[in-house]
Amino acid sequence: MNRWAIKVLWRNMVVFKKTWLTNMTFYFIEPLLYLSAMGLGLGAFIGEINGTSYIRFIAPGIIASSAMWSASSESTYGSFVKMHYQKIYHAMVAAPLYIEEVVAGEILYAVFKAVIYGSIILLVITAFGLVSSAWALLTPFVLVLAGFVFALLGMIWTGLVPKIDSFSFFFTLVITPMFLFSGVFSPIDPFPGFVQAAAWFLPLYHVVVLLRSLASGDVGLFLLVHAGVLVLSIILLYPFPQRFMKKRLGL
Amino acid sequence: MLKPIVTAKNLTKTYGNIQAVKNIDFVIFPGQCFGILGPNGAGKTTTVAMLYCFLPLTTGKLEVLGMDVTRDQREIKKRLGIVPQENNLDQELTVIENLIIYAGYFDIKKSAAEKKALALLDFFNLMEKKDVDVEFLSGGMKRRLALARGLINSPEMLILDEPTTGLDPEARHIIWQHLRLLKQQGLTIVLTTHYLEEASQLCDQLFIIDQGVIIERGAPQELVEKHIGKSVVELELPVEKQQQVLENLRPEINGHQLLGSTLFLYINDEGRNLAGKLKQHPFISYQLQRPANLEDVFLKLTGKGLLNHE
Ligand SMILES: Nc1ncnc2c1ncn2[C@@H]1O[C@H](COP(=O)(O)OP(=O)(O)O)[C@@H](O)[C@H]1O
Ligand SMILES: [Mg+2]
Repeated sequence: MNRWAIKVLWRNMVVFKKTWLTNMTFYFIEPLLYLSAMGLGLGAFIGEINGTSYIRFIAPGIIASSAMWSASSESTYGSFVKMHYQKIYHAMVAAPLYIEEVVAGEILYAVFKAVIYGSIILLVITAFGLVSSAWALLTPFVLVLAGFVFALLGMIWTGLVPKIDSFSFFFTLVITPMFLFSGVFSPIDPFPGFVQAAAWFLPLYHVVVLLRSLASGDVGLFLLVHAGVLVLSIILLYPFPQRFMKKRLGL
Repeated sequence: MLKPIVTAKNLTKTYGNIQAVKNIDFVIFPGQCFGILGPNGAGKTTTVAMLYCFLPLTTGKLEVLGMDVTRDQREIKKRLGIVPQENNLDQELTVIENLIIYAGYFDIKKSAAEKKALALLDFFNLMEKKDVDVEFLSGGMKRRLALARGLINSPEMLILDEPTTGLDPEARHIIWQHLRLLKQQGLTIVLTTHYLEEASQLCDQLFIIDQGVIIERGAPQELVEKHIGKSVVELELPVEKQQQVLENLRPEINGHQLLGSTLFLYINDEGRNLAGKLKQHPFISYQLQRPANLEDVFLKLTGKGLLNHE
């Protein structure tokens, strides 16, 4: 992670500037569909969870999951296309960049997307009056952590898979279960004990707890534990994408 | 005596258990246009990728611009221009953006990059396409843009991996014209190719590589004179008659080579005596006399054609 990695980030942002409108709408509509279908539809039957309306309960979870989806799809499909089909990594490594810096720049870009898309959802749910605390202003910091975790997971996969089709396994086996079992749509209390324990290993769970607490203003020192788990995951995962990508490209 | 710009000693590269480049040595001097000629799969891309610090060496020593490629990669890469075999332009960016973004990787300031980019677009006749997305360019234009991008940092050496493969003849000639101009300006150029015409038209010195081994080296014309002579007569005739014809013609020729039903005869004179004798063999269905070239050298040394694998 250095100024050379920033050049890679910058290259990606220049491309982003040209396509943000289509990109945004794509990433934007889906979370809102979930929010309205589940929040209003299901919410009418559920009533309240721990004294909060259902839509208000899931809204911060939707921020978390859209950060997860955007960082992980950028670092899988997005990066694979650049690496394998467009040979952009080759072009960069033929210039004065090292592959580690290229990978770091790609990760930064996935983080950037997580922060942008997550923050837009935050703005929307705030506009709908679903945020009740100024602590929510800290959301982008949590999104940075979330972005790093999911970008690293995605890049690890990108460094290993043979074909672009193999990403469907990643989404089916990693991302979708995370989306469903991390407490986005319900508290994790009703799940059996082992699922609850497993949730601690799901990064999205910690992101959801953090964002939900910030949105409701129900904050406390326990949040530092959740943030700590994310930071620790980032530190542990950080070296792998670079190693795998270097090996994959034979560099 | 000029100092070499590239010195390679015992250079070897293996991929798993494939030995792509086997213990090769060569030197390149500043101002040269240096060719690496060989068929598909010979090890050309592997060799140049080690030169531009992309692939690590398996064994051997490689110095580029007086620096060791295993140590000073960033320093070396700052001073090289690379045009890889497969186009890897930024498809989603415009022509000018491609150049300016790439210039950024060399720490070139935006204003300087813009100036240089415009000059290069002018040189490569791409000014009209300045604001067009790369995906809409023709193959020849993409190649010219890749060349322009390779020159954005005013490199001391330009490395071209099969610069004209896949282009139509007109686009190929346009690239050659540009390369000749660059050569005149004194730029050191390294190019790989499997087109003998490209190698003989552009290169001062070259080596011929096959299956990872250098099989011959020198100036194109010298190699042709050394191995073949002045011209070649190609004959098409039934296989069973070949020995008989050869016996009859032997006094008039320097050497020969057989490739399927084609007989190649190497001659050093105008071929008048030969022409007379050929009339005695009515079963020769085709005959052509032409200047000898590098393809003949390759055929003689390996027993196969350069384009064999395509
Ligand atoms: N990444 C790779 N992994 C395994 N084998 C490779 C790889 N790249 C090239 N090869 C093999 O190495 C040999 C030389 O390849 P290459 O340098 O691309 O030849 P050329 O550029 O002359 O066509 C070929 O047999 C090719 O199949
Ligand atoms: Mg090649």
